[in-house]
Amino acid sequence: MTHDSMRRKYEPRQAVPKSERQATSAMIASLAAEGYDTVAAPFGHALVDLAKRDERIVGLSADLSKYTDLHVFANAMPDRFYQMGMAEQVLMSAASGLAREGFIPFATTYAVFAARRAYDFIAMAIAEENLAVKIVCALPGLTTGYGPSHQATEDIAIFRGLPNLTIVDPCDADDVADMVPEIAAHPGPVYARLLRGKVPSVLRRHKPDYRFQLGKAQTIREGRDVLVISTGFMTMRALDAAVQLEKDGVDVGVLHVPTIKPLDRDTILAEARKGGRLVVTAENHSVVGGLGEAVASLLMTNGVTPQFRMIGLPDAFLEAGALPTLHHMYGLSVDRVVESIKGWVGE
Amino acid sequence: MDNRRFDNMSLERRAWNIRRKALRMGEVQGQGYIGQALGIADVLAASFFHALNHRPDDPEWEGRDRFLLSIGHYAIALYAALIEAGILPEDELETYGMDDSRMPMSGMASYTPGMEITGGSLGHGLGIAVGMAMGLKRKDNPAFVYNLMSDGELGEGSTWEAAMSAVQHGLGNLICLVDFNDQQADGKATEALARVPEEGKWAAFGWHTQRVDGNDMAAVVAALDAARAEPGDRPRVIIFDTLMCKGVDFLEARESAHFVRVDPDEWARALETLDAGMPE
Ligand SMILES: Cc1ncc(C[n+]2csc(CCOP(=O)(O)OP(=O)(O)O)c2C)c(N)n1
Ligand SMILES: [Mg+2]
Repeated sequence: MTHDSMRRKYEPRQAVPKSERQATSAMIASLAAEGYDTVAAPFGHALVDLAKRDERIVGLSADLSKYTDLHVFANAMPDRFYQMGMAEQVLMSAASGLAREGFIPFATTYAVFAARRAYDFIAMAIAEENLAVKIVCALPGLTTGYGPSHQATEDIAIFRGLPNLTIVDPCDADDVADMVPEIAAHPGPVYARLLRGKVPSVLRRHKPDYRFQLGKAQTIREGRDVLVISTGFMTMRALDAAVQLEKDGVDVGVLHVPTIKPLDRDTILAEARKGGRLVVTAENHSVVGGLGEAVASLLMTNGVTPQFRMIGLPDAFLEAGALPTLHHMYGLSVDRVVESIKGWVGE
Repeated sequence: MDNRRFDNMSLERRAWNIRRKALRMGEVQGQGYIGQALGIADVLAASFFHALNHRPDDPEWEGRDRFLLSIGHYAIALYAALIEAGILPEDELETYGMDDSRMPMSGMASYTPGMEITGGSLGHGLGIAVGMAMGLKRKDNPAFVYNLMSDGELGEGSTWEAAMSAVQHGLGNLICLVDFNDQQADGKATEALARVPEEGKWAAFGWHTQRVDGNDMAAVVAALDAARAEPGDRPRVIIFDTLMCKGVDFLEARESAHFVRVDPDEWARALETLDAGMPE
């Protein structure tokens, strides 16, 4: 089923068979990935480790420290934590001020509230002056079933247009932990999409020597038939899909692109040039303005024109419901990724 | 014109019914913002069964008083009130928060009859209420606009932009209801941005201001009456001090939290506890 079964006013969508209907999970629930170990609050713990070594680190939240794992930092270093209350605009302005005074502020809220409510404050108080503020946001893309008020389906599109801002979409617990010192060391502003709570550890299961590097795309898996270029948790989905597709004789490679801006142009171009593969982008974000369009434009402007498809969320306000239901409905589940790729390979 | 229903059922009993329905919804989902629903039930009962002019069989009736739920996560409480008021059918209660339900976890206008706005991104309700109050005045429509918001929302700058705007535009048809449960996501509101007594702030902004115990029905009703009866074009605010989990003692006693933990076997116990205190 696709998103064109959009709701009419007050009418239940009735798109999910009654026996399969699930309850919406709590806001605090973690993203599930079957068969992988999980790590608790990797962001909070990594920030504490870093802060022990670097006195410039401070943490701020807009009434969402418990929901962004920043409470781990707040508990460990209470005098370096600022509770800003539910006021995302002053959260960003104050982070700007702290950065001006030589600190490295990590500011947390949900992705929707940073991207939508605080945008102007991020643009002018932080990005325009290239200040070292690290904006780390939970609930990126479709990671809650609470509906459009909490689903940041266009945050990358919003932020990609902002000069100076580095954008990071980590895949798993190791990415989240390893990105913390790297984004802190980066001299400018960073927007990072956060997976919080119990976060699966995935990438090293597929490639033991993998380690996040800011600005670098890395091949996690080689494959002759298809190249998936993915970011965020869609790299987990792509890897699981690749394992399934292997059984069907489709050889899928996965290039993980945790830094969306600036893009690792050289690696992406080199991979896309490797003969005759179907290129598929996969992201936990709208197909408008995200990784897919960034890659498409990179390939086109360099005369690289493989068969090209995009996996991402539709250009729509999404439904409320259980996350597994929604991931399936909008094409982000492993099964749906397998189905999409199979269809395209057979074209 | 005036549709207020004065039937035999007491407002206390209406509030109890709302609490009971909210608990049943929480039981279905195994979770929910039940602390908020139990705390605000008295204000909702007094609103829907005393103050508001509305027609349950016609939730879009042009003459209705508008009731905006700025706090989308309180939807469980408003659904319970809408069911109690006959605006939503009782048999949909079990669908709360499920796939394909008309009653999603966070309130949205397109899903639910009687849900005037999509709340949830907090700090929107009062500004929208300002525009609706302006629109009603333009149409010479005597209806009121009620905006139910939280103490957490007092931290958002947009709240205070709207508060100033309501005074500038002389919106005597706007009644803002603030649930002051002294709770927000990370802790107490009074330990975050709500440090200075709120009634003083609103009064200084030019609002007709009242602060009452939001779990004392007589006080709630009197405050709503006074807000409506106040002559002149000052917007009106009532700050309701409420107790989270009101009516279920073992939950009241639990450490205060934005998302109150209720174990799977505790829903039945909560219902029993509530039932023991059923009013006339
Ligand atoms: C603009 C915005 N920022 C943050 C949030 C996340 N959030 C949801 S509820 C909440 C607490 C807000 O305070 P309040 O409504 O008083 O909480 P409660 O009384 O229900 O505990 C927060 C921060 C939000 N929904 N909207
Ligand atoms: Mg509150």
